[in-house]
Amino acid sequence: MEVVFALAIGVLGGSGVWLLLRPRTFQVILGLALLSYAVNLFIFGMGRLVTDQPPLIRADDPVDFALYADPVPQALVLTAIVIGFATTALFLVMLLVLRGLTGTDHVDGREREE
Amino acid sequence: MTGVWLHHLPVVPIITPLLAGALTLLLRDAQRPLRVSLVLTSVLVQVATAGALLYLTTDAMPDMWTEGVGVYALGGWPPPFGIILAVDRLAAMMLLLTSLVASAALVYSLANWDRVGPGFHSMFQFLLVGLNGAFLTADLFNLFVFFEVLLASSYGLLVHGSGPERVRSGLHYVAVNLSSSLLFLIGVAMIYGMTGTLNMADLPQRVAALAVRDRPLFEAGAALLGVAFLVKAGAWPLNFWLPTAYAAASAPVAAIFAVLTKVGVYAVLRVGTLLASADAATSFIDVGLFCGGMATVAGGVIGMLAGQQLSRLIAYAVVVSSGLLLAALGLQDRSLTAPLMFYLLSSVLGTGAFFMLNGMTERMRLTPVRTQAPDVEPLPDEAWRGFETREPPEPRSPDEEIGIAIPAAMAFLGLGFVSCVLLVAGLPPLSGFVAKFALLHEVVATSGGAPLSFERWGLVLAVLVAGLASVIGLSRVGLRLFWSVTGRTTPRLRLVEVGPVALLVGLSIALALGAGPVMTYLESAANSLHSPEVYIRVVQSLQTAVQGATPP
Repeated sequence: MEVVFALAIGVLGGSGVWLLLRPRTFQVILGLALLSYAVNLFIFGMGRLVTDQPPLIRADDPVDFALYADPVPQALVLTAIVIGFATTALFLVMLLVLRGLTGTDHVDGREREE
Repeated sequence: MTGVWLHHLPVVPIITPLLAGALTLLLRDAQRPLRVSLVLTSVLVQVATAGALLYLTTDAMPDMWTEGVGVYALGGWPPPFGIILAVDRLAAMMLLLTSLVASAALVYSLANWDRVGPGFHSMFQFLLVGLNGAFLTADLFNLFVFFEVLLASSYGLLVHGSGPERVRSGLHYVAVNLSSSLLFLIGVAMIYGMTGTLNMADLPQRVAALAVRDRPLFEAGAALLGVAFLVKAGAWPLNFWLPTAYAAASAPVAAIFAVLTKVGVYAVLRVGTLLASADAATSFIDVGLFCGGMATVAGGVIGMLAGQQLSRLIAYAVVVSSGLLLAALGLQDRSLTAPLMFYLLSSVLGTGAFFMLNGMTERMRLTPVRTQAPDVEPLPDEAWRGFETREPPEPRSPDEEIGIAIPAAMAFLGLGFVSCVLLVAGLPPLSGFVAKFALLHEVVATSGGAPLSFERWGLVLAVLVAGLASVIGLSRVGLRLFWSVTGRTTPRLRLVEVGPVALLVGLSIALALGAGPVMTYLESAANSLHSPEVYIRVVQSLQTAVQGATPP
């Protein structure tokens, strides 16, 4: 599982960085989205990867932390997803406005002279 | 009873703008007087609260807070699991500075800028939520959240007034800051993964107890966090977005943005000193920071010498001040911290006032001046429409305030310009000089008669060269603005525009006059920063206090 997880983060992060460095605004926004997925998975991984373990402590169980998943990274990921979603939506609006104002989807607002 | 209320004081700077911003959102444009009075009340409450917090951190009420640190557990949850707000002297000082600059910028915006686009007042209030929260929080993840709150509002504020130039630089600004936020998240996650805590006061002892094999991962996390802070602080080479964005922003927005870069410096100072207390090797305050700061100063100086537009020059002045702060921090000399904070205060006041002044001088170029100075970009049409200067005046709606055309507008502009140049360049008699003098004095004095080290010489040189470059760059632009006669007209100034600039310049004069008491306060702030045991102890005492208070 660790290998698959690490590969997923690596592929998402790598494609995200590549897209982020492209000249079209749409590529940039997709790159940012992919990067944020990679980061969210990474935060999740920082709480250690476990299966079949609940993040909430049950009242009838003895308190043995090895039986539970760490709830904090899950809460952090949730917050990060919400914030990332909002800021990406904002970026999308600016992208469209720039397209409308300059008539091009280049990140600098003008095409490079050949 | 008063004690109970005072206990809740640290959360007021976050709640007030949050409420005001949310309520402003619900009001219609026709209800502008109500909206304006709401936001004005909000910033005044913030100034008062910040003043009260500053007073409390001087240990004026020993039965409440001792040793200059106050803590507040949100929702009554004890640390390290609950979220903690902590006020120490540095935080209180930054709160007061922010609220003062914010009031000035807000009043200035009432002249017309708040009406050139929707939602200005709400975004402005949310920006203050983020700023105040970032200064108050004692939790790393919360720092991220408040950073995002302030960034999200700053994205909106930057493009306020629209126009291709704003949107283009805004797009770059958003992209850079979103990426740096992702770095911040990775850093926070790694630190949590290694230490198991996000509470800043809890962090040092966990770091000290870290196993050797976990060390490199933790340090990588701290480094990523540091990079994210430095993007915010505008350190070279992470600052190419800054001058364009700040120059493109409308005047009141740029004025409050002058505080924004200092949030990054604040974060470096706060987290860096806490980590340094655990183990100096894991702190990001070291020679690397010094080199980065020096490179930032160099970049800013080159920008100031090359710049033609006043707004860009001021933006480069912001970069230079960030660079000087980082370089001085990087020297790892504790006696430098107090003069450094004084310089921070003075430079924020100076650049804030300057950005607003620039908003007025831009209107001096009434007639098209493209033939005379093709390098000067005219204001976008949207902005002109806001000031009703190019188009015939529209019939005034009843809620619009009637501006008072003050006499001797040019005299004020000239005087304001000179004051701002003096402040930014660090020439007497304003507080910029006191700040730079104190900084240089400490740099030279603490070597104790021994020959100055290479780094110290570097800093002395940087401070002096930065001042010289500011004088050269700004006086050149000033000459063209005020003394060349072609195509200039006297703009109509309103009292609400003149007042804020005068307020900020007046504050800097007060800062220079009251340099003694201010410096004493800053020295105690620096002491408490460099002995974070107190901060840690007070936060942890809350743990036992809250647990004792909760019924089992």
